[in-house]
Amino acid sequence: MPGIIGDAPTDELRRTYARRHVAGRIGVYAVAILVALGCAGPFLWSAITAFKQNRDLYNPANNPFVYNRPPTPDHMTYLFTDTAFGTFAWNTLWVGVLVVLITLVLGLPAAYALARLDRPWSGPLGIAIFLVYLVPPSLLFLSLSRMVVGVGLQDSTWSLVLVYPTITIPVSIWLLMGFLKAIPRDIEEQAMVDGHSRFGAIVRAVLPLVFPGIVAVVVFAFTLTASEFIYALAFVAPTDSMTVSTGVPTQLVRGDVFFWQSLQAATVLVALPIAFVFNLFLDRFVSGFTAGAVKG
Amino acid sequence: MSTETAAPTDAAKPSSPPYRRRIADRDGALAWIFLLPSVVYIVALVAVPFVLAIAFAASDVTAGDPSFDFVGLTNFARVLDDPVFWRSLGNTFVFTGISMVLIVVFGKVLANILVADFRGKWIVRFCVLLPWTTPVALSSISWLWLLDSIYSPIDWLLRAVGLLGPGENMYWLGEPGLAMTSVITVHVWRLTPLAAVIMMAGLVAIPRDIEEAARVDGAGYWRRMFEVTVPMVMPVIAVAALFGAIFTFTDMAVVRVLTRGGPNDATQVLSSWAFYRGIEGGDVAQGAAVALFLFPLLLAAAVAILRAVRRIEVR
Amino acid sequence: MAVVEVRDLVKEFDGGKVDRVRAIDGVSLAAEDGEYLVLLGPSGCGKTTLLRTVAGLEQPSSGEVLIDGHDVTGLPPRARKIAMVFQSYALYPHKTVLANIVFPLRAAGMAPAERERKAGWAAGLLGIEHLLGRKPRQLSGGERQRVALARALVRDPHVFLLDEPLSNLDAKLRASARDELKKFQDEIGTTTIYVTHDQVEAMGLGDRIVVLADGRVRQVATPAEIYDHPADTFVATFIGSPPMNLVPRGDTLVGFRPEHLLPAAVLPADAVALSLAVERIEYLSGDRHLYGTVTGVGEPTKVIARLPATVEEPIEAGQTHEFAVHTSKLRFFDEDSGVKCDPVRLGG
Repeated sequence: MPGIIGDAPTDELRRTYARRHVAGRIGVYAVAILVALGCAGPFLWSAITAFKQNRDLYNPANNPFVYNRPPTPDHMTYLFTDTAFGTFAWNTLWVGVLVVLITLVLGLPAAYALARLDRPWSGPLGIAIFLVYLVPPSLLFLSLSRMVVGVGLQDSTWSLVLVYPTITIPVSIWLLMGFLKAIPRDIEEQAMVDGHSRFGAIVRAVLPLVFPGIVAVVVFAFTLTASEFIYALAFVAPTDSMTVSTGVPTQLVRGDVFFWQSLQAATVLVALPIAFVFNLFLDRFVSGFTAGAVKG
Repeated sequence: MSTETAAPTDAAKPSSPPYRRRIADRDGALAWIFLLPSVVYIVALVAVPFVLAIAFAASDVTAGDPSFDFVGLTNFARVLDDPVFWRSLGNTFVFTGISMVLIVVFGKVLANILVADFRGKWIVRFCVLLPWTTPVALSSISWLWLLDSIYSPIDWLLRAVGLLGPGENMYWLGEPGLAMTSVITVHVWRLTPLAAVIMMAGLVAIPRDIEEAARVDGAGYWRRMFEVTVPMVMPVIAVAALFGAIFTFTDMAVVRVLTRGGPNDATQVLSSWAFYRGIEGGDVAQGAAVALFLFPLLLAAAVAILRAVRRIEVR
Repeated sequence: MAVVEVRDLVKEFDGGKVDRVRAIDGVSLAAEDGEYLVLLGPSGCGKTTLLRTVAGLEQPSSGEVLIDGHDVTGLPPRARKIAMVFQSYALYPHKTVLANIVFPLRAAGMAPAERERKAGWAAGLLGIEHLLGRKPRQLSGGERQRVALARALVRDPHVFLLDEPLSNLDAKLRASARDELKKFQDEIGTTTIYVTHDQVEAMGLGDRIVVLADGRVRQVATPAEIYDHPADTFVATFIGSPPMNLVPRGDTLVGFRPEHLLPAAVLPADAVALSLAVERIEYLSGDRHLYGTVTGVGEPTKVIARLPATVEEPIEAGQTHEFAVHTSKLRFFDEDSGVKCDPVRLGG
């Protein structure tokens, strides 16, 4: 380890430290590139493959990362004209939006009550909600599919709107609690002293401050909803009612035949926007986790 | 905290009629109103199905014969007799355990990258988020091709570099050992970004002072990392581990898409096995019985991790 | 030879879209061996940035930092033979007090036996041997300060850097903590650079004070010199509570401290006479603070006079009284620049 002034001529020290610094920077960039490639590599490949001709693709000797034959838009077109991809995307979108809305309407007040209104049963209830999160869909889907049939929603996309909040609400409450705890009580108390009721204080003073946190939770909840697979598979059979998660595999995988290029096109089209939006709100999302984790 | 205080507007308007506490002011009532909808929803759509699942597991309900007859613990006995169940149980533990460790280690490295300062940070963050934000079914299908026994681009790369002979292939999904590795790899690839994001939170929360004090004290990068940073983010690491464990433990999509539990149940896990028996096999009771094993195990793991968090208290 | 020297230091921060903020705007300083140098100024004056630049936590935009005659610009903190005590003390929360103190020694690769000895010595010096097994969260503010000092001490630094270490303490604790710092300094005798915004602290602790504002040095002098002969109006009004009175007279400002504005009766005849229309009187621990308007020296100006208990002249609010200031206590500043200027003859 290089030393301190006096051990060696300062110039030499400076050079040694500078070298280490540069080595460190190179290390960071190297790891960053490796990491980016590792995570996004498959998507890079997907993006290229979406436009590959069949003869190019189904040739194990060909370089999978370049166009050995000219690229073709046929498969992309196929995705939009011959499958219900548009419908799937639309379904995913409106289901996602509705589920997020339900999550907020139910979850935000609950999070506030647990984070702020110190009731004696707040602690146990908070833990109970967390425990709910541990009951997995792979256990509940059997009974839920019966219940869905019982309510008459089988094969309807609405069944998903009904059930998905069970996945999003517990985690959203936990996250929102974290965001709410980060806001000082003074703010509400000031509003109440100024003449508002507790409810009014919440709406006027707290809500604007927790808004960034809400946005982060929205993005997270939407991601969970769009990705969900088991309920979508179990509850909804008719193709036109499917979401992207089940619809794309169903329509583009017939028996043993995979429409690979169209599948990759679909993957890329769905993945990129979600990742983009999530990236925008990443910092917000991160800050909510700290507060929630500290609470334990 | 006492809530029996009149609103401050009282004193300001002595001439107004006797002030009746509005609902909007009563914390107790508000708490109930705020919590009731969520609680009712969760009870209806989680607690009830949970109890129902237990009931199913103790019945003989099948897709063909939906009549409900009590059969006691027969289903559980059948499940425990089934070697595939034990295989699935073992696999579930192995996958979750290995995945968790890898997810935490890689996630920590990733988290460090995400908080570091360098040019192009935004793009790297975007790339890092992709595996997790993509619907699991779609990304798994992509991996199906990437691990294909003939066309795998990974094999192509290995051949190009010389690690595989011409025309040689790895049977990523066909060989039991490789299949398990592949499933674990996809889990890790998918969940490390989530763990990294969670751990970012911990890293960001460390006061800047402490990191600087360590620098002034003469600690180099690695000493700072292992003696200062990591101990201080332990609780967050535990949370990330927990999330990783939950998502791996309860997953059936990756297994189902990649291997359908094969070859020969080498990659079967509890969730996929329950789905196979319950929905594809039509034996609802059996499926429920298998799936019920998930909850206590997950509960035990969660309690263990959270208790570890509490013990490593850092203030 | 100066132990710490800073030459023509400039530090700019990218203020975002438009402004580049100059936190340090051309500062040159030297701290002598064993000196207790205080950097004093209001928030945002650049004192903390200056300290951090000396420490190596910030790199200057231009200029040099020298320690022991070596140019350390560009070297990281651990190469500079310095130790730093942060405002929050920055103790490692998950380590015991002993582990905290021993940490720098382990980083330096010292042998275990020697480490123990050294840590024991530092703990003894600061009287915290009985706390070695505790964790920081179990300590009081004063105890934490001592642990932070012990941790800094074990490195045998040539310079101590302290960043407002007293501001996180209760007002009550501050006085005794300040005393302890002074005693510590006397015993150890290491060159110290101390940052604060509290002039009472500065005047009490410093051998020399550096008054900073807007990233520039206004004056470097002993506390007495700064108080009696401020270099400009900023120093004059920043130091001293209540601040120096400034009366405009033409293009000069005439200054005199509240305690030198006394009833004419108690001053010799050659003192400069003026009239004070007293508006309000405050009684503080035996002293009387008079708030009023003064005429006869320049434009009518609101001033404060501080009469010690020994001056018993009766003063009534709402009355105009004859006051005076001794010629030697008058200070003169240029109205535009605020800088000290030559004395102006004031008529009878």
